[in-house]
Amino acid sequence: MTMVAAADPIRPGRGGFFGALSDVLWRNPRLTLFLMLTPPLLWLGIIYLGSLFALLLQSFFSIDEYSGLIRREFTLSTYAELLNRANIDIIVRTLVMSASVTVGAAIVAFPIAYFAARYARGKWKALFYLGIMLPLWSSYLVKVYAWKLILAREGILNWLFAKLHLTWLLDAWLAIPVVGGNSLSVSHTGTFLVFLYVWLPYMILPVQAALERVPGNLVEASADLGASPRQTFSNVLLPLALPGVIAGSIFTFSLTMGDYIIPQIVGTSRRFIGQAVYAHQGTAGNIPLAAAFTVVPIVVMGFYLWFAKRRGAFDAL
Amino acid sequence: MRSDAAHRSPPGLKIAAGLGLAFLHLPILLIFVYAFTTEERSYQWPPPGFTARWLAVTWNRPDVWEALALSVKVASISTVIALVLGTLCAAAVSGSRFFGREAISLLVILPIALPGIITGIALRSAFSLAEIPFSFWTIVLGHATFCVVVVYNNAIARFRRTSGSLMEASMDLGADAFQTFRYVILPNIGTALLAGGMLAFALSFDEVIVTTFTAGQQQTLPIWMLEELVRPRQRPVTNVVAMVVVLVTFLPILAAYYLTRDGDQVAGGGK
Repeated sequence: MTMVAAADPIRPGRGGFFGALSDVLWRNPRLTLFLMLTPPLLWLGIIYLGSLFALLLQSFFSIDEYSGLIRREFTLSTYAELLNRANIDIIVRTLVMSASVTVGAAIVAFPIAYFAARYARGKWKALFYLGIMLPLWSSYLVKVYAWKLILAREGILNWLFAKLHLTWLLDAWLAIPVVGGNSLSVSHTGTFLVFLYVWLPYMILPVQAALERVPGNLVEASADLGASPRQTFSNVLLPLALPGVIAGSIFTFSLTMGDYIIPQIVGTSRRFIGQAVYAHQGTAGNIPLAAAFTVVPIVVMGFYLWFAKRRGAFDAL
Repeated sequence: MRSDAAHRSPPGLKIAAGLGLAFLHLPILLIFVYAFTTEERSYQWPPPGFTARWLAVTWNRPDVWEALALSVKVASISTVIALVLGTLCAAAVSGSRFFGREAISLLVILPIALPGIITGIALRSAFSLAEIPFSFWTIVLGHATFCVVVVYNNAIARFRRTSGSLMEASMDLGADAFQTFRYVILPNIGTALLAGGMLAFALSFDEVIVTTFTAGQQQTLPIWMLEELVRPRQRPVTNVVAMVVVLVTFLPILAAYYLTRDGDQVAGGGK
């Protein structure tokens, strides 16, 4: 194209302002590219990256304990505060919850994804697709609210356990320390269930995409060669689906780590990272500590993405 | 040469997949039942009785209408901004190869890949540093930022399938760049943009985490909902609002599905 544009024009240039402008754009692809990229890059660069850097910068400031004002000079004391016992507890609790939700989501998602990828055809395929997309896109708060209804003491789950004469089982579970609590709606089990529910579709979609690419005859060959279904699963299906699982885990892990609404509505009074960030920037006005807290998810996700890229997870997205 | 047995799914798999889908849908169905319960003070199951009275009560609540109006306004303007920025970015990235192309795709996806609370608190601290007071536009600023990725994903999938020679043919036949855009490019990417726009609207309409940091005292519908969740005032009204929100968000999703089902992916990437 540039060759033609550089030679004498065969036809005279277009008349009028828009015609002339059009000619200039066509002859200078670099200028066109520059004009197209400037608005989105300015928006994302200034508004998003700009605020992100400003936030990270503030994590190197500190708060004056007596006046409550922020001292704007470089210090690492805020990071030292981040590493005290109570805050480490918050970080560990959040990471353990994120990991459990991710493992749980992978286990529940796999059969759905596998069935949708391999056996659902025609009308059923569309039904499965919508059956995953609708919960994915329906309102986050409504989903959390639905679980508040389900887990309430007078709610459907307790009623179901009572009808099945299994209340003793529920009570025994709630008596276990850490995962248990006074009732489901104020226990880590409850928080786990809501997280699992809300982020599950994010796991199903990439796993399904990865499984769609596994040729069916590979599974048949494995069976023909004498593998049991269990062996086929662990030696053929799982390794091939792993990039999809890792891609899905990026979402489930990152979303769980940053959430502060679910543990606030369903869960114990023990805090997660998101809640700590929210509390420190809000009433406490301790922006430096809140900023230092946000560095934890950023660093964890940085390593996670690096690892995922090495395992080829981005091709499964 | 597949045998019939290979087409049939193992019963265990069928049951597990069915249970999984039920797990995804039953909680949402429950919302529809609770919207008509006569119980006012608790979340009692089974509902003692059914009534449509709360539909009327909700209809007459001005605070619900105000929150809804603000949400619709924010979502519309954010969607328009995201459509312009996302399409420009997708056209540039798909149309040519240049230094930093990968970095640009990463930059677009970042607001969604990092937890929302980081976007939220970053914007809030930037507003306070720059001494910008909270307003309608501070909410839009946040929403448009993470809506760009949805439009971008949909548009880039379509650009990849649209042949560049179409544009060259149009120019050779004497159309200028703007006519080519109007008569060749736009009809080609139109449905993808419509789908991306609808998903961006749904995403913005539903957003709460970033909004709590950028809204100040204003109430969008999700913020209204959050208030009711933390400090319940009138539970039946919340039930009805929840049901309406489910119905309202389903429509754009179904429409986006029908618009893009021929070949390319709909949502792309996730929220």
